[in-house]
Amino acid sequence: MVLTELKKGDRAQIKKINADPELKHRLHSFGIIPGEELEVKGCSLARQTMEIEVDGTLFALRKEEAEKIEVEPEKPLSGA
Amino acid sequence: MEKNLIRVALVGQPNVGKSSLINAIAKAKLHVGNFAGVTVEKSEVHTRYCDPDGCAEYEIEIVDLPGVYSLSDYSMEERVTKEFLLTEEYDLIVNVIDATHLQRNLLLTAELLELGRKMVVALNMIDEAREEGIVIDSAQLSQILGVPVVETSARTKEGIEELKAKIVEVYKKPQTESKIIYSDFIEEEIDRLVEFFKAKHYRSEIPYRHLAIRLLREDTSIYKKMHDDPIWIELLPLLRDALDHIYLHAGKKDLAEIFADEHFAFAKGAKMEVISPEHMRAKNWTQKIDNLLINKYLGIPIFLFLMWGLFQLTFTLGQVPMDWIDAGFGWLADQARTLLGDGELASVVADGIIGGVGAVVLFLPNIIILFLGIALLETTGYMSRVAFLLDGFFHKFGLHGKSFIPLVTGFGCTVPAYMAARTLKSRSDRLITLFILGFFSCSARIPVYVLFAGAFFGAEHAGNILFLIYIVGALLGLIAAKILRTYFFKGEDDPFVMEMPKYRLPSLKLIYHVVSGQAMDYLKKAGTFILAASVLIWFASTYPKQPELEAQYRQKIEQVQQEEKRQMLENELQTKKLERSYLGQIGKLTEPFFAPLGFDWRLSVALEAGLAAKEVIVSTMGVLYSLGDEVNGESSSLQKRLKENIDLPTAIAFIVFVMIYIPCLASMAVFLREAGSWRYLGYLFLMTTGAAWLLSFAAYNLTKLLI
Ligand SMILES: Nc1nc2c(ncn2[C@@H]2O[C@H](COP(=O)(O)OP(=O)(O)OP(=O)(O)O)[C@@H](O)[C@H]2O)c(=O)[nH]1
Ligand SMILES: [Mg+2]
Repeated sequence: MVLTELKKGDRAQIKKINADPELKHRLHSFGIIPGEELEVKGCSLARQTMEIEVDGTLFALRKEEAEKIEVEPEKPLSGA
Repeated sequence: MEKNLIRVALVGQPNVGKSSLINAIAKAKLHVGNFAGVTVEKSEVHTRYCDPDGCAEYEIEIVDLPGVYSLSDYSMEERVTKEFLLTEEYDLIVNVIDATHLQRNLLLTAELLELGRKMVVALNMIDEAREEGIVIDSAQLSQILGVPVVETSARTKEGIEELKAKIVEVYKKPQTESKIIYSDFIEEEIDRLVEFFKAKHYRSEIPYRHLAIRLLREDTSIYKKMHDDPIWIELLPLLRDALDHIYLHAGKKDLAEIFADEHFAFAKGAKMEVISPEHMRAKNWTQKIDNLLINKYLGIPIFLFLMWGLFQLTFTLGQVPMDWIDAGFGWLADQARTLLGDGELASVVADGIIGGVGAVVLFLPNIIILFLGIALLETTGYMSRVAFLLDGFFHKFGLHGKSFIPLVTGFGCTVPAYMAARTLKSRSDRLITLFILGFFSCSARIPVYVLFAGAFFGAEHAGNILFLIYIVGALLGLIAAKILRTYFFKGEDDPFVMEMPKYRLPSLKLIYHVVSGQAMDYLKKAGTFILAASVLIWFASTYPKQPELEAQYRQKIEQVQQEEKRQMLENELQTKKLERSYLGQIGKLTEPFFAPLGFDWRLSVALEAGLAAKEVIVSTMGVLYSLGDEVNGESSSLQKRLKENIDLPTAIAFIVFVMIYIPCLASMAVFLREAGSWRYLGYLFLMTTGAAWLLSFAAYNLTKLLI
């Protein structure tokens, strides 16, 4: 499952990041690292951009980037 | 008494309060804002410290560097920091850490420790951490890192003196070894290499351990250095073995990633040890505000409403003191005329200096309100939210969401905005942003807008018109971006991942400093540059003298009896005199270019003078229209005079032209530096002038059709 499939309020653990080394390194320096937990805080209209929280910090990222982050939801997803 | 200079590099992740800390340490006035990427250039600040024991005096030079998430070449301003750390001379590093985001900040700390330099850690935002209920054992942290840790707060000024003392203390002591410890499988390889160097009695400038680590990280500079050393032949197989072992254990071959994982383990471990696990995660109000401000549906309307409100305020609130200022300068001009008589001197003072400078100072209240708005946007944390909201929209026009930050800066002044564009990673994103920045009206154009909006649309609509001008300008900018993206700077999409800072209530002091600083700059400019320009304009519009013309008219005036007729002739004389002045000649020369837009020579000249700086437009008009106005005896407001001389289509065309054409000389110089080529500056000039002319032409004719 990738990050874009989550909804506002969902929590998940980061499993893997399928990005080129540069972006991977960038995400890493933000603390967006496999093993860490994240929570989806919001999405913009048309789900173009998402807001997530990792280790107490909020980040905005675009759909294209969010798709590269593999996650495992913590509990059964709401609604689904 | 001896004197020592200590050069300190201030390094830390973005938005942790580095610049604020320097302001607190050295009473400096560096730019501070609540978003990542405020500082984009290094700057040096000096302070003194008197060591109590021994009383040697120290001069501390602190270098403020752009914030970096890690030591990488990600974007231009991050490169500045990395290059500084690796190539420049400095005595020690002060690593500023945000106590409320310890783990992420320690990732960078781990990297900095590997540089093997003297270091002090400033655990900043300690006030905020306490408020959030985070308790950090800083003595323990200091143990783990092997460097002193000082709790500081740039807001409450806690720990500032102690930080200075620690800087001096560490400076005096010899270097200690880095304490960062890796996983066993890496440590084993480090030990093996260190043993080898010991056995060979290898002469190294840096400690063996450090040398080994850099070799294992495949640091090119070390490889280059050791390559010609005889030891290299023996070292190479050892190194190859070591790396093979590491790859095997880590299960991957990407060294950068392997070490990044190490840093993460280190940071996480350190955090676990120093923060008591039972600390409650106090929900701050950021989440609640975000629920509203970046709401899917409400976010953008709220943003637009806030902007609209700002422009309403800019006009209506600004209007109040404006009337006083206007009256004040009018009175001054009248005083000057009565005091200095009717001669040249009176004219240069009353028409040139007071007319020109007064026309610019008049708009100080509007400018202050606009800057206040920008300062609030920058310091509360709302800026990053708007970048988030607009990214999807911007993306459609080929712009990066982060472009929003330089664009907002551009509402204040285009010059720093060009520099703020450095935070954009890709060259094409950056160039597009540089090219369209001029469409986002800088504060220097406010005088023109307020003047015209007030004169032609009345006070009740002026605020809306102002808002409309900015929106239309921004939309034009976006369209330009789309065109540039499609035809000129293709380049691929850059990732958009951005930290959103928590909301912070800016201190009144901070806002006051920012706004008063900018207001002072504006006044300074009015008192120097604008003053000089006004005198120049006055000179060019009163010389050469035309005694014949004057004599001719005087005779005519003598002859007529009717007061009305006299007045008319007097007016005609003034107009003729102006037209034949140097300025008039220039204006007449270029009038044909502007004629299709409905501009007479005066407006043409004002626009040309506006190439130097946009405030000069109103000061020129102030001089030109007050010279021609002398006949009435008293000074009426520039606004009134404009209304008598210009019709609505011309006024609209003029606003459109001012909206689009190039901001000022200073901005051209900075654009050249940032874009890096004369060719681009040429394109920018052609693009802005061409677009200004065409759209102005369209606006002129459309309005004529409609009314
Ligand atoms: N409560 C609190 N706020 C602080 C402290 N230090 C800085 N701030 C706030 O944090 C924000 C960031 O401060 P800056 O000094 O601009 O941060 P910086 O590290 O220079 O940021 P960049 O230049 O972008 O790397 C501002 O809103 C400051 O007012 C502190 O000790 N306590
Ligand atoms: Mg800064």
